[in-house]
Amino acid sequence: MNSEIGSLILRRLGIAMVTLVIVSFAVFFTTNLLPGDTATILLGQAATPEAIAGLRQAMHLNDPAILRFFHWGLGFLTGDLGKSYANNMEISTLIGGRFVNTMELAGLTTIIAVPLALTLGITSAVMRGRLYDRVVSVLTIGVISVPEFVIASTAVLVFAVYLRWLPAISFVNEIHSFSDMLRMYAMPVVTLTFVVSAQIIRMTRAAVIETLDTPYVEMALLKGASRSRMVLRHALPNALGPIVNALALSLSYLIGGVIIVETIFNYPGIAKLMVDAVATRDLPLIQTCAVIFCAGYLILITIADIIAIISNPRLRK
Amino acid sequence: MTNLVEIRNLRVEATTDSGRRIEIIGGVDLDIAKGEIVALIGESGSGKTTIALTLMGYARPGCKITGGSVMVDGSDMAALSEGQRQRIRGTEVAYVPQSAAAAFNPSAKIMDQVIEVTRIHGLMPPAKARLRAIELFRALSLPDPDNIGDRYPHQVSGGQLQRLAAAMALIGDPKLMIFDEPTTALDVTTQIEVLKAFKSVMRAGGIAGVYVSHDLAVVAQIADRIVVLKDGAVQETGTTQDILSTPKHAYTQELLSAFEPKHFEFSGRNEASAAPLLRIENVSSGYGQIQADGLPLVCAVRSVGFDLQKGRNLGIIGESGCGKSTLARTIAGMLPASAGKVLFAGEQMPPAATNRSREQLRQMQIVFQSADTALNPAKPIEDIIGRPLTFYHGMSGKARSKRVDEILDMVRLPKSLRYRHPAELSGGQKQRVNFARALAADPKLIICDEITSALDTVVAAAIIELLKELQRELDLSYIFISHDLSVVKAICDEIVVMYRGEKVEQLTREGIKAPVHPYSKLLFSSVPELDPAWLDNLVLEPDLIRQYGGL
Amino acid sequence: MTQIAASKPVRRFDYTFSLVGMIALAVILFWAIVAIFAPHLVPYSPGKIVDTDYFGPISSKLWLGSDYLGRDMLSRIIMGARYTLGVALAGVLIASTSGVVLGMAAAVLGGWVDTILSRFMDAMLSIPSKLFGLVVVAAVGSSLPALILTLAFIYAPGSFRFARSLAVNVNTMDFIAVARIRGESTLYLVGAEILPNIIRPVLADFGIRFVFIVLLLSGLSFLGLGVQPPLADWGALVHENIQSLSYASAAVIAPSVAIASLTISVNLLIDNLPRAIRDRSA
Repeated sequence: MNSEIGSLILRRLGIAMVTLVIVSFAVFFTTNLLPGDTATILLGQAATPEAIAGLRQAMHLNDPAILRFFHWGLGFLTGDLGKSYANNMEISTLIGGRFVNTMELAGLTTIIAVPLALTLGITSAVMRGRLYDRVVSVLTIGVISVPEFVIASTAVLVFAVYLRWLPAISFVNEIHSFSDMLRMYAMPVVTLTFVVSAQIIRMTRAAVIETLDTPYVEMALLKGASRSRMVLRHALPNALGPIVNALALSLSYLIGGVIIVETIFNYPGIAKLMVDAVATRDLPLIQTCAVIFCAGYLILITIADIIAIISNPRLRK
Repeated sequence: MTNLVEIRNLRVEATTDSGRRIEIIGGVDLDIAKGEIVALIGESGSGKTTIALTLMGYARPGCKITGGSVMVDGSDMAALSEGQRQRIRGTEVAYVPQSAAAAFNPSAKIMDQVIEVTRIHGLMPPAKARLRAIELFRALSLPDPDNIGDRYPHQVSGGQLQRLAAAMALIGDPKLMIFDEPTTALDVTTQIEVLKAFKSVMRAGGIAGVYVSHDLAVVAQIADRIVVLKDGAVQETGTTQDILSTPKHAYTQELLSAFEPKHFEFSGRNEASAAPLLRIENVSSGYGQIQADGLPLVCAVRSVGFDLQKGRNLGIIGESGCGKSTLARTIAGMLPASAGKVLFAGEQMPPAATNRSREQLRQMQIVFQSADTALNPAKPIEDIIGRPLTFYHGMSGKARSKRVDEILDMVRLPKSLRYRHPAELSGGQKQRVNFARALAADPKLIICDEITSALDTVVAAAIIELLKELQRELDLSYIFISHDLSVVKAICDEIVVMYRGEKVEQLTREGIKAPVHPYSKLLFSSVPELDPAWLDNLVLEPDLIRQYGGL
Repeated sequence: MTQIAASKPVRRFDYTFSLVGMIALAVILFWAIVAIFAPHLVPYSPGKIVDTDYFGPISSKLWLGSDYLGRDMLSRIIMGARYTLGVALAGVLIASTSGVVLGMAAAVLGGWVDTILSRFMDAMLSIPSKLFGLVVVAAVGSSLPALILTLAFIYAPGSFRFARSLAVNVNTMDFIAVARIRGESTLYLVGAEILPNIIRPVLADFGIRFVFIVLLLSGLSFLGLGVQPPLADWGALVHENIQSLSYASAAVIAPSVAIASLTISVNLLIDNLPRAIRDRSA
């Protein structure tokens, strides 16, 4: 690995760090915009002027915003996430198990959606214009154009109401067997898979078509290469960068989808926790969940960019 | 004796985006004997590349072979299945593309791509293929033939890539090679080496060839027979000698006359008046940070100076990278000079255009090469020409409209064009509008930056004629920048030769026949002439090539 | 491709819509009219309880049945059109206008203006939009003006980036250089030379952004965090009536279909514009 690649990667990591700080500050700043005094809300009935002043002092609410941001950031990094307003529990406890649940859901979806979507995206690009491609394109546009809850509702209507194959709502505590687990995960995963696959298919198809249209791929044909050789040896290696990029971008849709899916199926994950927190204006909880999501997304996008840098042939020696 | 290639009544249709079908090749017959090199010559849109590709049974997306037969060594390429065609491509018929840089996969090594044909068709084991490739590299006069294959495409120059593409085609031992405008993008000096290399390899192997080009002089060096094409139909065929000396068809005659521009009446024009219209003294400019010596990091123009008298023309000639376009931009103020003076009509101009007065800017206009990017696609012609009228002369309404008509007349364009948009015009028409916009300012000096380089020869010749007429009518002066010596010779009184940012020599028109500086000698002798024996007789001093070649 | 310019003129202009394009346009116009004339079109007042049954079936009196409180679903959908289209349109107008203006400014001015704006917008773009929506709504609430501004703020960066890259592309063209050395002012360059060349792709982007905003708005309303009662957009209607999903009543299906019809139509329209409208730019 030569120094040019090395410095580009370092630069990219630097940008990621800076972005993370900007984004966490933006989240912090926004959640603290609300008029209405935090201390007053917390004290509720016991809100006397002295109590309010005292609590504000104790919570460092009189400090300038930057300082409070620092405190919070520091606490975040050391594992002290503060307490939830709603039920006064440690946020870290609240999040713990649910984070794992959401990861399971996301992980399962990724394992199914990514291979499926990549295959469909690449094959429909290779068979551009034919019936197969048109059908895939129509379905993809259909899924992309509608809100996730419409996909979820349709899935519920088809699988739970008409076919009665699956239960509509998942209860984590009622898993007794593998088939129970399957039935519980099925609906949310099916919905999420549709949502994420559609995005990946669309972006992959576009990336592969772009490489298929390049002169050097045409040259391979003119050397007598078969179509499969042309695609596998010439088109795909050069589409790798854009495809990895597409995968990273589709994560954004995974996050959005998870928020809806956990709500509609009552799945006990961190996204549902966050939605509930917004409803109750539980600011520390909202802050923490938001930053966890953003950080995760940023990490994955940075990894995708770094892969793109490494696979750029112009930087090789 | 049957021919290697026999095309009979070939028809190719193209489908436009809106679904209309147009016939782009309408019934073409063509023969190529074994070992013979045939040139397909014509302007763009004449169908020459399309015909060449049908020899491999290939049509670009959107095109289809709809009739006729393409017999190559007994098999009809138009009728074979795709699988059968694949077997023939690379082994019997091979293709050298126009832009070799685009035809190489940027993420694979050159050697792997050159021997890929042997892998696809199982012709020989990879080790043997590599040796054969190195042999071919040597035969094509490539530098460092043993190791050049280990590089990536972006690490070698354009001329080298072109020859590597030829090696890639030759490795399958084809009977027929198709060259698609392979030297169009190269400098004249590089072009010579590449042409020689092709010619020797083809002769040595007795390989038949199709050479597609728009440049008659280049084609005259390498082809045995010439086929002239226009609008998808054959105008004339014949041996190279016949076509060049006794062309029968009107279009062929037009092509030949475009090659030798009409003699310009240089006498009877204003003799040198006292003060020069434009004087530049020791001008240097470039890109990047200014260094300790006051010059930029990348100094594209170094200490260039010359005078231009009113009513006369100066040509600046050189190969790509010599700094001629940078010099034009510096004179115009787009890229301010870091050193030296630019004096126009006696007064010194501020280096940057933003510091010049409107009047100063008006008198010196610049016309760019590519009309596609020089005209705003969203504006109709009358606005493009009208804006300078409003901006410089404060014209509006009826007066402006009338003047727009006058200017369209001056550049010999119909008045009906004023409501059209640039996309609706042909290349030659667009360049005339480009020029008309400069005229609208009523300047004294027009800088023409490679304005004919992107045009077909016939259209370019017409533009040069226009420039000459306008000079007589309006008493203009031109600075004419080009890499094409024949164009510059046709219109300029004096010629400045540039190499690597420096002015190497200044010659009068008569002086061109006997250049003094070694680089000028090399440059002028590298321009192909219409004599088929020119290339074979060409003797370039090895010292010159070593010093200025850069291959 | 050869570098030589074509010697023949290239295209004729084609203003016809394809069939798909026409259907899409019809659907969009239909909803636009419904949204504008909503108060005059509703058969019953949207807030009035007209049915003793809730989730009542489709009947001749109640064309889409009744909702979870017994109110006429058709009237609520007609009124909902106002909020879905209205809020989304307001949001996309603000987002697109500010994005395009800032994008062009960044492209033409360059330097630190460009750097600061681009870094800021990139940072905003690295937050998934639903997440962003949730955080901002938590902070500033769900009143209609707040929603409109929130949506605009979330989608302006995308519009900025798109407009900026278009403008940067145009900025490198020779005709801009020609105008510059003519001595034209920056304002003229932006307004008269650059803008006409990017306006058509920008309008297409406008449509795409409109779809995104409708989707986000509906999503937020579905979570109960968008348009608040007594007002209701289509997403909120789904939220209210979600319990009836298990018996597939019109109350939950109709608003979903309405949203889908709007967003799919806008996407189809953009993909099927007549060539003449798509092509006339640099």
